[in-house]
Amino acid sequence: MLTVLVLLVGALAALGGAAMPLARSAAGARLVHAGCVAAGVVLAAGGLAGLLGGPAALELPFGPPWGPARLALDALSSWFLLPLGIAVACASLFALGGVHGAVPARELVPWPLFVAGMALTLLAADGFTLLLGFEAMSLASWVLVAHDHAQAENRRAARIYLVFAGFGGLALILACGLMAGGAGDVAFAAFRDAPPEGWRAAAVLALVLAGAGSKAGLAPLHVWLPLAHPAAPSHVSAVMSGAMTKVALYVLARFVFDLMGPAQPFWLGAPLIALGAASAVIGALRANLEEDTKTLLACSTIENVGLIAIGLGLALAFRGADLPALAALAAGAALLHVLNHAVFKTLLFLAAGEVLHGALSRRIDRLGGLIHRMPWTAWAALAGVAAAAALPPLSGFASEWLLLQALLSAWRVGDLAFQMGAAAATALAALATALAAAAMVRFWGLVFLGRPRTPRAAGAEESGGAVRIALVVPAVLTVLLGLVPGLMLDLAEPALRLMAGAAAPRADLLAVGAAEGGARYWPILVAALVAAAIGLVVWLVRRRAPAGVARGPAWDCGFMAPPHHLPFGDPATQPSAAGFGQPLRRMLGESLLAAREGVAMPPPGDTRPAVLESGFHDPALAALEGPLPRWREALATQAEKLRDLSIRQCLGLTFGAVVLMLALLAWLEGR
Amino acid sequence: MAAIWSVLAQLLHIALILAAAPLLTGVVRWLKARMMGRRGPHPLQPVRDLTKLLRKRPVLAENASAISRAAPYVAVGAAMAAAALVPSFARGMVFAPLADLILVAGLLAVGRVAMALAGMDVGTQFGGLGAAREMSFAAIAEPALVIAALTLAILAGTTNLDAIAGAFREGGLGLRVSLGLALVALLAVAVAENARIPVDNPATHLELTMVHEAMILEASGRHLALWDYAAMLRLTLWLALLAAVFLPFGQAPSGSAPHVWVVGLLAWVVKMGGLALALAGFESAIAKMRVFRVPEFLGAALLLGLLGAVYLFVSTGLS
Repeated sequence: MLTVLVLLVGALAALGGAAMPLARSAAGARLVHAGCVAAGVVLAAGGLAGLLGGPAALELPFGPPWGPARLALDALSSWFLLPLGIAVACASLFALGGVHGAVPARELVPWPLFVAGMALTLLAADGFTLLLGFEAMSLASWVLVAHDHAQAENRRAARIYLVFAGFGGLALILACGLMAGGAGDVAFAAFRDAPPEGWRAAAVLALVLAGAGSKAGLAPLHVWLPLAHPAAPSHVSAVMSGAMTKVALYVLARFVFDLMGPAQPFWLGAPLIALGAASAVIGALRANLEEDTKTLLACSTIENVGLIAIGLGLALAFRGADLPALAALAAGAALLHVLNHAVFKTLLFLAAGEVLHGALSRRIDRLGGLIHRMPWTAWAALAGVAAAAALPPLSGFASEWLLLQALLSAWRVGDLAFQMGAAAATALAALATALAAAAMVRFWGLVFLGRPRTPRAAGAEESGGAVRIALVVPAVLTVLLGLVPGLMLDLAEPALRLMAGAAAPRADLLAVGAAEGGARYWPILVAALVAAAIGLVVWLVRRRAPAGVARGPAWDCGFMAPPHHLPFGDPATQPSAAGFGQPLRRMLGESLLAAREGVAMPPPGDTRPAVLESGFHDPALAALEGPLPRWREALATQAEKLRDLSIRQCLGLTFGAVVLMLALLAWLEGR
Repeated sequence: MAAIWSVLAQLLHIALILAAAPLLTGVVRWLKARMMGRRGPHPLQPVRDLTKLLRKRPVLAENASAISRAAPYVAVGAAMAAAALVPSFARGMVFAPLADLILVAGLLAVGRVAMALAGMDVGTQFGGLGAAREMSFAAIAEPALVIAALTLAILAGTTNLDAIAGAFREGGLGLRVSLGLALVALLAVAVAENARIPVDNPATHLELTMVHEAMILEASGRHLALWDYAAMLRLTLWLALLAAVFLPFGQAPSGSAPHVWVVGLLAWVVKMGGLALALAGFESAIAKMRVFRVPEFLGAALLLGLLGAVYLFVSTGLS
């Protein structure tokens, strides 16, 4: 299977090359996207085969100058191939349905390369190949983010994204260097043979958190994500949020669970839990304040990445405290959420893309009432929204239930400070989950319910064909994954053994359990129970109540009917995106996001209207945009001085550098 | 034989909860009226209201979508499923393994989301306002609930309600400060979730102050009856939950025969009556808060819950 996957990566790279001429015609563009659909299916199938079969390894006959490129397919990479394949297949199908003519080459060429980079990252078995795939993924997605570079905001997004991608790559190179040690062997097998200890382990964790964490969107390095993800075309946004963040989390999991060895102390999980909890709350809160559909969804991605990071951190802590069953529970929650989030976030981004295509806007305040004009999109998105809001029996609830169970057991680690921190993380995770529910109600309710806010929204039309299939498939998968989490955990068992050294607590095939004999969650029974209750209510009401409904103008607390020139009423007399977010902006935004609200009231006699102004700043972005450019300026000014040195000073500088390097070498050899 | 008893107990429990829901609301209203010196409507008045509303054909706004028609059924169905899981007079009912506290919270969230979406469906100001406030309050109430669950889960070893009730009934845990703090946190959450004073006023129809009612302003006929019934079920569920966890005395143990249930039934009626009396007294004694003071109220509940958990860590760490 590994050979097939490696050939697929090569084929995708070739497809990227061939896309340049193919982009000139609609048929060519369709061919490229159809190729990517097939690639997605093969990737997901490869993941399944890797989980059911055993691990495989391969050494390519070419590679970097010092040796062959090593590739491997084990349970962990197989599991992450699943969300990647599903997201890529759905997104490419969506893109396929959206092709109506020639596509700009800058949109088409990087797409297969982006997919190839992600797949290569997952298959890599040495540091060089890993970084090659990671950087290919970063660069290809950067081109896609910058595709609409005529707009200043997209240029800014692409610039910030490039800075973060460069920074992340640098941090990962340093992490690989630290792992390789003096011998300089970057094969994963060599990493495993000499696991870092003490400060080196902490430094590797910090570097991996900076490198992979910034790519995944962990706070405080999340600020590029709500800018860059929405700027890309919708199908690319879907894969960036659904799959690329997961590839980054894979790199994180690969380093901390596999390459750094099992003998790590439990406190190594604490930074992951803390950063995860912070990301979850910040992301979910921002999702309640953003007024652009795709930005809102990108913020929700930060929240979900935070929840997954909490799960990974807990697994690490439990493993360090020698509680393998609980480690498997936490790792199972994280892995399950990786898959569930990939599916429902792909669905939601594709739905947002279809809304953008049908109603020509991403701004919530220009949409509304689309359930009447775009029913397929609306109902498919409702499945994703319900899963993202963690409503039983959908997929989001199953994984978040497991995560909460893991958090509720965190006190078993035993250290008092860790217990208190874990209790706070529990509260923050619950807060983030409930905030996500509010954000999803806001997103779906304002976009699809209510009255159209613009004529464009009133005349929206939805596409059929491939686009519709691309929306329905992930919606059905969201429902199915929610019903069989026990089956999925069984499938993930080899990956859990790799990460935690134990299998997840055994429950029924249809249930997930917190521990042996502990609380259980049977999604199918819950779904049946709710369905039976609804059926009973419908039957009882049918017997007593008259059938049908009467239609009339909205009662609206007795407000008079709208005038003839406004057939839907004044569109402004319904909640706006900012208005719906106002309670949370006041409750939490003022303290966490420096949100402000002010009324500019003109003095009596002045005829200007009173103006309400509100907004917020992400403190992380302000911190990055404030001091960083100043430091860069200062550094550049210092570097400028080098130009004015005399020849003697230049030679002295060179000599000093050589002496310093030799001294360093002597010191390193002496240790 | 025990299997048959557990099925019978479950059926009896569901019938009991479904019948008790409107009665409990009526009793609370009647008690409140009495405490305020009014005569008050008959405790069966909610039943009469429901049957009257059921007979009426609902009027929907012209632009209402299928959400307006489906949401009330989903809300009642989710509330019924949740209520079926919370133990009342006996433990070990057939759904007991399903009865997870976090699942109950999830099912309540289903009802909440259904109601918020129904409020936004027609696109009126008050519906959206109520939905925004309801979801925001829930965002603060949820962590308080989960933290209270943390204390219960540490003491009982699981989040299964049936097992928690059993552990507190038979485990001899005694009085604990943490449990008291968790109780306060859960009480605050219960008040917020049921839109009672001081978070919301169930009797108000002044649009600017209300949360829950604002979302169902457009509902009428059988839809309004269903929304009202869902709210009644939620109140019953929360009181039953508090009774099961914190007042576990009198509950028939699992696998017991019907003659033991009689004691459990009597105890349950007494417990629910006591809680209804306490609720009516509490609501009569205090005034409704300003909307933006509610987060402080719920935040205090969250902090108390956290304090309870921390106290538990410290006390178990020392012993």
